[in-house]
Amino acid sequence: MIDGMLGRKIGMIQVFDESGRALGVTVVETGPCTVIRKRGGSKVQVGFGPTKETRLSKPVLGQFSKAGTPPFKVLREFPVADPESVEVGQEIRADIFEPGEVVKVTGISKGKGFAGVIKRWNFGGGRETHGSRSHRIPGSVGQCAYPARVFKGKRLPGRMGGAQVTLTSVRVVEVRPDENLLFLRGPIPGANGGIVAIRKK
Amino acid sequence: MNILEQLEKEQIRMDLPAFRPGDTVKVHVKIVEGGRERIQVFEGVCIGLNRKGARSTCTVRKISYGIGVERVFPLNSPMIDRIQLVTQGKVRRSKLYYLRQLKGKAARVKEKR
Repeated sequence: MIDGMLGRKIGMIQVFDESGRALGVTVVETGPCTVIRKRGGSKVQVGFGPTKETRLSKPVLGQFSKAGTPPFKVLREFPVADPESVEVGQEIRADIFEPGEVVKVTGISKGKGFAGVIKRWNFGGGRETHGSRSHRIPGSVGQCAYPARVFKGKRLPGRMGGAQVTLTSVRVVEVRPDENLLFLRGPIPGANGGIVAIRKK
Repeated sequence: MNILEQLEKEQIRMDLPAFRPGDTVKVHVKIVEGGRERIQVFEGVCIGLNRKGARSTCTVRKISYGIGVERVFPLNSPMIDRIQLVTQGKVRRSKLYYLRQLKGKAARVKEKR
């Protein structure tokens, strides 16, 4: 059994659970992923998203011809519990997950550009009125003659988002292997259409 | 976007009657009490529909022991057993929030005939 698979974030909708609660769920198009090759003792590389041969370089294409599969856009490795049960060329569908299961989701978060400290680090900011001119500035960044420097790791403005983010406990609400769809409770990292990796916990 | 629209459409209930703001409706709501499920009826005037596909809601207002009570029902929720249309009202706007300021005889909605 493979430990996870790749998917594409479609977007969010609202569904009702059996007790009538409205849940916000993210719809993920999961695969089908294809096993490209086995690696080491307990890892397999899977591909997701068919693509044209002309879009890939010859060395990359060679991997697919060796595996005997059509070319894929994204390749990623996943751990596998029993490597003998997996074959190259095997298809992985959403049915490796089941409703109610808790999974890990990894994606690239939406880029926020150069963000200030209020957005980036949830600083409180200064007063808006009463003569204050310090509205969204970071304020003091340290002490005085000692240490005479700014400590490393000081939370300051800078690039925010566009980084790999992993959510460690996302509940699976619904699985539709025939339609290659997975419903995950709540939001997941990245924009709609982004590639996400879903792994078993 | 297409997949999302399809999934939304799947959830829309087709068994509910068409009603409009101003209509008096009986909403049969499932209520779970200590593991037991029963049905409660909430009857009142629909003072607004929020038409949002699968997320549509309706606001129903009634006067309960002299106190105005409003409930917002998600129309496609499985907790709604059924909705009965009692009378059709004749109103000229889509949101009847003005009823909140009115009392007694003035707070009635003209019936359609």
